[in-house]
Amino acid sequence: MTRLGTIRFRLHIAVLFLSVLFLILPAVTARASVAIQDVKSSKGVDAWLVEDYSVPIIAIRFVFDGGSTQDPPGKEGLANLMTGLFDEGAGNLDSEAFQIRLDDVGAEMSFDERRDGTYGSMRMLAERKDEAFDLLRLAITQPRFDQAPIDRIRAQILSGIIAGENDPDTIAQTKWAEAIYGAHPYARSDQGTRQSIATITPDDLRAFHKANFARSGLHVAVVGAIDAETLKQKLDLLFGDLPEKQQLKPVADIDPRLAQHVEVNYALPQTSLQLAYPGVKRDAPDFFAAALMNEILGGGTFTSRLFSEVREKRGLAYSVNSSLINQDHADALIITTATRSDRAAQTLGIVRDVVKRMAEEGPTEEELAATKKYMIGAYAINNLNSSSAIAATLVELQVDKLGIDYMQRRTAYINGVTLDQVKAAAKKLLSAEPAIMVVGPKLGEVANGG
Amino acid sequence: MTFQAEWLRAMLLSTSLVFAATGPTLADSAPGEGKVTDFLLDNGMEVVVIPDHRAPIVTHMVWYKIGSADEPPGKSGIAHFFEHLMFKATTNHAAGEFDRAVSDIGGSNNAFTSYDYTAFHETVAPQALEQMMSFEADRMRNLILTDDVIKTERDVILEERRMRIDNNPEAVLDEEVDATLWQNQPYRIPVIGWMQEMEQLNRTDATAFYDKYYRPNNAVLIVAGDVEPDAVKALAEKTFGKVARGPDLPPRVRPIEPEQNTKRTVTLSDARVSVPSFSKQWVVPSYHSGKDGEAEALDLLAEILGGGTRSRLYQQLVVKQGIASNAGAFFQGTMLDDTNFTVYGAPRGDAKLADVEAAVDAEVMRIAKDGVTSEELEKAKDRYVRSMIFARDKQDSMANIYGSTLATGGNVQDVQQWPDRIRKVTADEVKAVAARYLVLDHSTTGYLLPQTQAGN
Repeated sequence: MTRLGTIRFRLHIAVLFLSVLFLILPAVTARASVAIQDVKSSKGVDAWLVEDYSVPIIAIRFVFDGGSTQDPPGKEGLANLMTGLFDEGAGNLDSEAFQIRLDDVGAEMSFDERRDGTYGSMRMLAERKDEAFDLLRLAITQPRFDQAPIDRIRAQILSGIIAGENDPDTIAQTKWAEAIYGAHPYARSDQGTRQSIATITPDDLRAFHKANFARSGLHVAVVGAIDAETLKQKLDLLFGDLPEKQQLKPVADIDPRLAQHVEVNYALPQTSLQLAYPGVKRDAPDFFAAALMNEILGGGTFTSRLFSEVREKRGLAYSVNSSLINQDHADALIITTATRSDRAAQTLGIVRDVVKRMAEEGPTEEELAATKKYMIGAYAINNLNSSSAIAATLVELQVDKLGIDYMQRRTAYINGVTLDQVKAAAKKLLSAEPAIMVVGPKLGEVANGG
Repeated sequence: MTFQAEWLRAMLLSTSLVFAATGPTLADSAPGEGKVTDFLLDNGMEVVVIPDHRAPIVTHMVWYKIGSADEPPGKSGIAHFFEHLMFKATTNHAAGEFDRAVSDIGGSNNAFTSYDYTAFHETVAPQALEQMMSFEADRMRNLILTDDVIKTERDVILEERRMRIDNNPEAVLDEEVDATLWQNQPYRIPVIGWMQEMEQLNRTDATAFYDKYYRPNNAVLIVAGDVEPDAVKALAEKTFGKVARGPDLPPRVRPIEPEQNTKRTVTLSDARVSVPSFSKQWVVPSYHSGKDGEAEALDLLAEILGGGTRSRLYQQLVVKQGIASNAGAFFQGTMLDDTNFTVYGAPRGDAKLADVEAAVDAEVMRIAKDGVTSEELEKAKDRYVRSMIFARDKQDSMANIYGSTLATGGNVQDVQQWPDRIRKVTADEVKAVAARYLVLDHSTTGYLLPQTQAGN
């Protein structure tokens, strides 16, 4: 039990690492500043490196642009299925042989897809790095996609899909995505459907791998006990022989459809509420003004306005927060909370009042000053608390095209934001009529005492 | 891989676990060549310093040796409720002042409650350490509890319960499986409390609880990060050292389990469930309650039987037989009293839950009868050693390992000698704990079933 945890009700929107500090994490350690080297291999593969020998491990993380938006229509779930197969046979090693080797070498490898990218990572012991990188090379360049593991992983995914079919939260996520994204690929489930995953063949997987795993859409970060020269060789080994150019289908930008109500009525003791307002692009000039405003409204501290009004003063909810969500093709500001079902209408009213007041008046000078200090100081603690976290952060900085010196510039960006800019951002984002989702008994038709 | 049967694993994660640790893991020396130091303040507060000079950051934690299993009868949830109340006003600081002080310096703070302990933590720059200590020392004794504060915060924990438990069939079942596995030991009671008792918690309960347990002689201070032991000692004496020692607390002797001699089942059918699943549990010793080497052997048993994709359960049920979407085993050794050992599984495709359970049972019987191979044992030990090296990469992992060990009857040496003790476990010892404790006729099984499916 924690005083503030994550809410079970998950957003059907990928939260990017640097989009916002969206919850209080358990205590962490961090390097307050990191020296990043820009490393280019002889075959032209680029990576950011943080060299650090204090713990004898190496973490690598990389992403290929694309992700589940690239699933062909009717083959939804292809990227997700593919990411489940990289440790199920590669090169001359079948599934079992590969996994035994990986275990012997003591490396942890994982792949996951998001809407806009296919991610891979490995954490290894420095003393076994040659063997570990070699297994990673096999997985990236020569995945086998054998029929038996395909069928096994597909059956696991199918179980997960079936498991959600009567679950109100899962039903709600699907309904919400379809309501706000319409015909856009973001409306589709990463896992796919019963029907779509049944159609996926080994050839589909090979074609997807070939089109997506190419160097034009690759971003790499490495942290730990390895020097630049050694890393260059490893980069060539891992990525040097991949095709030069990705073959991606273009994905349109979309403004989420707001000003609508989505309801999933179910007799639950607690009603979940979700509101979506317009967002702000990661590279927009008013991004930091919006980020500061969001932090004051309902960000990751115990001092936000929503936390104060909904939880501290009235005890209406355990969890209430707002997040700025940035994806490649859509942005939004999302507020979530959950409350006893007979108080859902009241809670929704209070959330909307807090938003309205922020839209009309903006924050105070004191709130802004305090929040600037928080956002500057919390960056390291929230994003750089382990080798893997640093590697993940550096990959997102590359994806967002923020530059290798971003961490040095970030403080000045935040300090440069004026109160008027924050007020303008509040008005711009929060004056809109939101999309609202209610998961629970129909609002106003509940009478329970708890 | 991306597919994780979270809907299944949710059933297995104890509500109290807020940091993922499979057991105590430790590096021989912390990063930055720091040596772990421990000492006592004059008022009885224990202090552990874990130097880690990689970054100008410090993790500051106060662990109280009080958890939900220490609550008075009928007052379930008071330990967790009190964790929340610790964030309210004191005689020296208005409500929210501490939180604001932390966020003003870009720090993070939170707290958590488990069966055996309650912990409060902040992560900040080293120069703010004294300020954090001063705030923590202040709230150890100077809270102002009013009826208004109690009422509002009680509503918050009721919402927390609805979110974590009542809205979630897996959690509801899990709670009732615990209450069936444990017949007498207070681990049968959920950490967050039973709803009807939570609703009645009041200021009198809170004050009594505070006065009894929130004392320096019932607390452990863990400081990890860019600090030196001497400096920590000086600051701790200046802040926590000024808090008066409380009356000596009696030993934490709790009602113990009677002999386990029945096979019990708990079934929940719910319309939200489409894929059935089960978990089966036994009462087993913990690191604190077990005889020498028993808990280490149980840790290795859990790893070999069902710790990951190389485990027997996964390989047999998911890969070879193809009847399960997931299957595994779980042991939480860091507890003050006896703990539980869990196996679990869920069917896939046309397989029936009963087939999955029978296959899991067969693996349990096989490991109890024939034991483990030396190769399996060595690989499991290697994975633990590896996890210790990886754990050194995160300061808070180290702080949590020391804090939870010291709050459950262990000491610094226990943590430091743990890798060697794991290395010493023999195949015979693993077989012995499996045969002694994993007796199918003395187990408690929970079934989560779709609404339409009849009972097992």
